[in-house]
Amino acid sequence: MPEQTFIVNGERVTVDVEDDVRLLWVLRDLLGITGPKYGCGINVCKACTSHINGKAFNPCAVPVGSIGSEDEVTTIEGLPGEVTEQQRGANGLHPMQEAWLERDVVQCGYCQPGQIMAAVALVNRVKAEGRQVTSADLDTIRNICRCGTYTRIREAITDGASRM
Amino acid sequence: MNSVPTDPREREPFETSATPVPYAVDRRRFVGYVIGGATLVAAADLVLADPPPANAEIPTLPQPAELYDLNDMLTDAARPTANLITVTINEDGTASFELPRAEVGQGITTSTAMLIAEELDLPVDRVRVTLAPARPELLFNQLTGGSNTTISTYTPIRVAAAVARVTLLDAAAIVLGDTVAGLVAKGGVITARNGSSVTYGELAVKAAGSAGSRAVEVELKTEAEFSVIGTPTNRIDALAAVTGQKDYTTDVAVPDALPTMVCRAPTLNGTPVSVRNQAQVEAMPGVTHVAQVSTGVAVRAATFGQCIDAVRALDVAWKAGPVAGESDATILRKVRSAQLPMPKLPDTPLAQTVSGDFTFWFRSNSAMDTNSAIADVRPDGATIWSGLKSPIVAQQQIALKLGMSPDKVKVNVVTAGGSFGRRLFFDAALEAAEISQKMGAPVKLMWHRADDARVGRTHPLGTCRVQATVSGTNVLAFNQSLTCVETDFRHGLGEIITAAAADLPGGVGNLGFAETIFALTQEVPYDFGAVTQTLVETDDRFNTGSMRNIYSPDVRVASELVVDKLAAKMRMDPYQFRRKFQRNERLLTVLDTVAQAGEWGRSMPTGTAQGIAIHKEYKGVSACLVEIDTRPATTGRQIRDAVTGPRVTRVTFAIDVGLAINPRGLEAQMQGGINDGIALALTSSLHLRDGHFLEASWDNYFYTRQWNTPPDVRVIVVPSEEKVPGGAGEAGVAATFAAVACAYARATGTMPTQFPINHDQLSFEPKSFVPPVPESPTNGLDLIS
Repeated sequence: MPEQTFIVNGERVTVDVEDDVRLLWVLRDLLGITGPKYGCGINVCKACTSHINGKAFNPCAVPVGSIGSEDEVTTIEGLPGEVTEQQRGANGLHPMQEAWLERDVVQCGYCQPGQIMAAVALVNRVKAEGRQVTSADLDTIRNICRCGTYTRIREAITDGASRM
Repeated sequence: MNSVPTDPREREPFETSATPVPYAVDRRRFVGYVIGGATLVAAADLVLADPPPANAEIPTLPQPAELYDLNDMLTDAARPTANLITVTINEDGTASFELPRAEVGQGITTSTAMLIAEELDLPVDRVRVTLAPARPELLFNQLTGGSNTTISTYTPIRVAAAVARVTLLDAAAIVLGDTVAGLVAKGGVITARNGSSVTYGELAVKAAGSAGSRAVEVELKTEAEFSVIGTPTNRIDALAAVTGQKDYTTDVAVPDALPTMVCRAPTLNGTPVSVRNQAQVEAMPGVTHVAQVSTGVAVRAATFGQCIDAVRALDVAWKAGPVAGESDATILRKVRSAQLPMPKLPDTPLAQTVSGDFTFWFRSNSAMDTNSAIADVRPDGATIWSGLKSPIVAQQQIALKLGMSPDKVKVNVVTAGGSFGRRLFFDAALEAAEISQKMGAPVKLMWHRADDARVGRTHPLGTCRVQATVSGTNVLAFNQSLTCVETDFRHGLGEIITAAAADLPGGVGNLGFAETIFALTQEVPYDFGAVTQTLVETDDRFNTGSMRNIYSPDVRVASELVVDKLAAKMRMDPYQFRRKFQRNERLLTVLDTVAQAGEWGRSMPTGTAQGIAIHKEYKGVSACLVEIDTRPATTGRQIRDAVTGPRVTRVTFAIDVGLAINPRGLEAQMQGGINDGIALALTSSLHLRDGHFLEASWDNYFYTRQWNTPPDVRVIVVPSEEKVPGGAGEAGVAATFAAVACAYARATGTMPTQFPINHDQLSFEPKSFVPPVPESPTNGLDLIS
């Protein structure tokens, strides 16, 4: 079996698995990193949203063989590592996670790691464009939440953006 | 005896019998127990629930749900079961409690921790609430449904915590050399008058009971003394959730329980006849087992990705399912033909009849966390892990399936990623047990999204007809008849009803259980003269179940649309009409609250409108005022793989839930219910074609998304005169659905006759049925953002 080597949450990992197994299953089933969730397996629900080299992506739609050995994958577990210690909040977490806690966004929680990873990428993208997050930006988020926590998600992203 | 009432007004003689029966001394004084253990274990019996209060408001012609509702029945069914719930004080100063209910996102672990924290004078974050495994001795008292958890556990949980507190105080009095009256308990520390103190953790062993149990009388705090109950509190599981540490069934690590999926038939509930390429699939990378089971062909592999590949590769001969060839249209025809005739009502210049006839299509209660279960079945016993709202029935049914006695089957309840009614059933647990037994290996079964949407349980298709007779400015009669495909209640609610039915008032005890649920939940909350509501159920071939709020959303939509018609007939404003015919003070308050806060009657551009509706259930009342935008610029928004359509732009929602344990959690439940109501009105349904539902993912089944959700949502928790809590989990759906329907009708000038309004337009390209699950994409790196 081929060896797959890449970086997850700051640590280099090597896994023996076929090239075509999607990264989500390598993370969840083989590495035991269960923060990214399965919600559809076809890049629709976005529950598995994670970061690759700082940008949002969905590991359910990426064969592990297409990940390079220097690619840095970040899941919700490693999100605080994307900011400096000074930028982390009262719980030692990324400012977006802290905003999420303060706004008590979570209901069942299943989609929330993906929501937070998508929110961080959205805010980074908007900030790179030199502007503030708008209601129209929030309307573009595709991550589904069947508990319907959208109202608090919108509040938390606006709050989190101001902390980032 | 540790009876220590501290309030002199309450110091009345109290004697306990040699074998005390747990009971309420009065509304605030109860008897609980200290049980023998390594540390302090305090207990209470669920028999302690308050008796149903005498109804305050007696309308002229009371409907069954007003006098005795579903929650009274669920609470009464729990009453005769002599069983204990226990609060344990640990040496680290925390308190722990195993909740015999399922947390599925509704926030009951948090509200339970608050109840314990309140009576124990311990911070909420020092209370550990976990989910109890199936406890057969609890009989009917381990069912999470009907928004009943807080209603039925409010008193017993507080009694157990109060017993712990009293016992800790007694132990502290000895340690600190003071009297109990001189001690102050705060934040898990007990301080004496001389300033010396001892922590709950230090007392945990000293306060422990010896073998056997002893009765303790306690006095619960008054509402005026509450400092935790009623205070907005963040969820106790939020930190775990936002860091990816909150575990759902598929996150639980059980040795050797490898990923497992099932290949299913191309028609609903079709069954496998034979596998034509078993050896070939067994040889695929990662695959360990392929086994034909009753529901399909199961595959076990090193990863779920390899399971998906194997399911897609399987070549199976199928026997068609029971609805092969059927479609929405044929099922609707069957439902229509089962409709009871409506009474002939007068239509003269003096007494006119207003009517409505509405169709509600199949809808899905599929949660984000698909049906899943871990099963480790051995020859001498089995262990199951799953998100289960009726674990005792699950245990009995699994034992039956495996040919074991129930005591050989251990059923663990895992936190679930949503329920919406779906986890009342245990489809995955039963299937996983069968697969594990057949394969002789532990399995972690996960349903593919396509199966969860197509084969998972649905809210039944139905019609709802309404007729109302008007004379001048009075409504003389209001008849409503719901006819639908059967709702499956075989998860054990039926057993509760069997136990409680004989005592039901109003002669409903001899009705079937669907009729009973209907009768106990439905009412027309207006003074409309002679009111009748009937239910006919007709077709048992579908996988159905209670979906959040069961019958109420459809029934209330039909009612409120006709209420708007009645208002128009009398040339009255819809809000003023609802006020005029309102007989319940609490409903009047929430109605006025939304009208004022939501600016009812404000000027709106053409193509936009407000809608207003009310609902009464779960011992609470609610009202919703929405604004909708149906203008072309909004409905014409283009978003890939999405339904845009009309947008609800503003929602004002008021609820009087009775005593709100956690107003922040209550607000969250209403916000979620609002999004459910919008989806039911505008976007989400299942389409049955040629014997199968077409929807296979979230780009087919259009639940509310960010581009649909209202940018402006305000939930108002109205201060309540009620002293006891009501139910929260489902209370937000019905009034919202109805208000959106009314607003849409007013904005477009046309009253919709089917829901969701977009059902006739198929907004996606259906995915394949053979293979039954879609291929995993490979282009994820082209779509980074």
